Amino acid sequence: MKVFRLSQTELDNMVQGWSQNRRVYRPAAGRQQSTHADCAPGWERVAASTPLTLPPGPSKTSVKTFLFPQPETMQTYTLKSSDPDKGLMKEPQKATEKQIIVGLRPCDARSVKLNNLPFQEDPFYQVNLARTVMVGFTCSAMCATCFCDQMGGSPMGTEGLDIAISQVDGSFIAEVLTPVGEELTAEIRLTPAEDSEINALAERRKNSPQADFAKLDVLKGRDLNTLYKAALWQTLGESCINCGACTFNCPTCYCFDVQDEVVRGQGRRIRYWDSCMFPLYSLHTTGHNPRGQKMQRTRNRFMHKLKYFPERYGLFSCVGCGRCVKDCPVNIDIREVMSDLLAVE
Amino acid sequence: MPTINEKLTEEIRTQAKALLADGTVAAVIGYSRGSLPMTVKPTVVRASEDCGKLVWNSFCVLNLANYLPEVLKSVEPPRGPRDPKPEGPLAKVAVLATGCWSRNIVVQTQEHQVDRDRVVVLGVASRGMVSRRKVEEQFAGREILAVEEFDHDLVIKGADFEEKINRWSVVRDNCQTCTRPDPVLVDVRIGEPASERKNPNPFQQVDKIEEKSSDERWAWFTSEFSTCIRCYACRNACPLCYCPTCFVDDAKPQWVGKSLDAVDTGLFHLLRAYHCAGRCTDCGACESVCPMGINMRMLTKKLNKDVLNLYGMEAGMQPASPLPLTTYATDDPQKFIVTEAKAVKEGE
Repeated sequence: MKVFRLSQTELDNMVQGWSQNRRVYRPAAGRQQSTHADCAPGWERVAASTPLTLPPGPSKTSVKTFLFPQPETMQTYTLKSSDPDKGLMKEPQKATEKQIIVGLRPCDARSVKLNNLPFQEDPFYQVNLARTVMVGFTCSAMCATCFCDQMGGSPMGTEGLDIAISQVDGSFIAEVLTPVGEELTAEIRLTPAEDSEINALAERRKNSPQADFAKLDVLKGRDLNTLYKAALWQTLGESCINCGACTFNCPTCYCFDVQDEVVRGQGRRIRYWDSCMFPLYSLHTTGHNPRGQKMQRTRNRFMHKLKYFPERYGLFSCVGCGRCVKDCPVNIDIREVMSDLLAVE
Repeated sequence: MPTINEKLTEEIRTQAKALLADGTVAAVIGYSRGSLPMTVKPTVVRASEDCGKLVWNSFCVLNLANYLPEVLKSVEPPRGPRDPKPEGPLAKVAVLATGCWSRNIVVQTQEHQVDRDRVVVLGVASRGMVSRRKVEEQFAGREILAVEEFDHDLVIKGADFEEKINRWSVVRDNCQTCTRPDPVLVDVRIGEPASERKNPNPFQQVDKIEEKSSDERWAWFTSEFSTCIRCYACRNACPLCYCPTCFVDDAKPQWVGKSLDAVDTGLFHLLRAYHCAGRCTDCGACESVCPMGINMRMLTKKLNKDVLNLYGMEAGMQPASPLPLTTYATDDPQKFIVTEAKAVKEGE
């Protein structure tokens, strides 16, 4: 593994260099003003002359928007009777252009791998995964809303990243972790990090909070039906307003719905983000809704993340980024839900 | 010396406890402490011994009237959709209400969503709620770990800083322009009543946008709503939004596209605002809960201005008369109607 040391200017030059012939995105500084039509809320295209500084904690919106775009065109078609291909579903040309995401945190990088479990055979996710390069920043400190360690990650973690950048004593140490990362760093002359710097980074990593699987193991051992019937859901469901602030900003919420949109005879079949908080999510065509009550929907979100997903894939569907904790209009805190669940016997 | 909010908290607990203990109400809707600085949890208390968790502070930004219809239903004896209403009086619910929230209860009563006789309003005058976003913006890049509230100041604490800021400077825009902080309905008074505030022009923020050219207004609109993620927190936090199926969720027919297309997002916000015309009390819940910091309140505020100017009405202030947009008078202003003659004249 190659390790380089960069100054702020060198880092900025490197990132701006990439943006010359590729799409490079970074978390938007302050309230984003959309300058590029292709930008998702909370992100901006890297422009020359903007130095890369990141506030502590994860970006406002998660990285999932690049792998699981809102919306994604799945098929296109025409309904024009003059067209011989009328009604024929066609696959749109797949984007192959590389996109580089700079400034995501270890929690978000881990979410990409977690989402890849259910999306293993999803052609759209796989295409986006193959064309996305992730240049992450490790966290030298955890925010009050961060709990990545309790969910099996760590603030200095590199899982899922192509290049991991850590700030050590005023300069940046870049660890190149994958062949794609190597390709990107090969383009520029970079100073290799000294052994002392590599050791300092290793020391810091050793002293940072480590992935803890204790809660996962306890919850996995608990009876699903007992957790499902626990009294805590009633209180929680009563205060929840069933908006999608948590699910849409969550890096590991990956539910979608599919719909056709036709404008002037040209149609496209899109998939767009759906939320288990919405009544329509579980509505059957018969009119029956198995999750017709607010409480049932609130329960599903937490049971999915903390019980159903672990039972199926072995890990929590949560990376502990704390976005839902910060954004919830009624202060539903997944950490409190988790400790309440752990207390259910 | 206890602060004003500490005294109010104490009074709320005492009153709630008494109401639950003697069986006057079956539930009290209030707030309990949040897990983060500047947050509170809307809470339904059903047992008098739980009243100790109720709190009152400057961060109670959600409108509790939003919970009222549902909590009222929850205290009724369970019955099927076709079963008749049980005989005899139904259990009551107490709810905390400031000026705007109480006006929302009036609107809910006018719209038959709430039976006024079943509601005990714990009326508390609002001193203006603080915008968590304004505070966070002032401390951008620094993490706020605790906020201590005094009567006129907030002390913001982080790992390596402690700063005192003036409370009013970070009070939400809607509260700063509000003229009626005192509840219009009071069954049980909490604290002291507040008098009307003087504000020569509560619509100043709207005027500023109206003064722009149409191109500038369009630029403001597209930029303001460009970061919307369609999470519908604004809609769900609103006590006016109680339709069983919202127009944005309706699939047959589908009125609005579901993705982040600017046209769809803009349409959602415009239609949502229009559905609130003549009913919105400018409680600011929509803006406070938006995770992306969008000022969608400007749309409803503009419509409040229009309804006041056209029909002389303010939501929740005329409990006896019908809502302005559910009725008409023959002398209603109708400048907006485009007649052939007018179109020709304008075309010239």
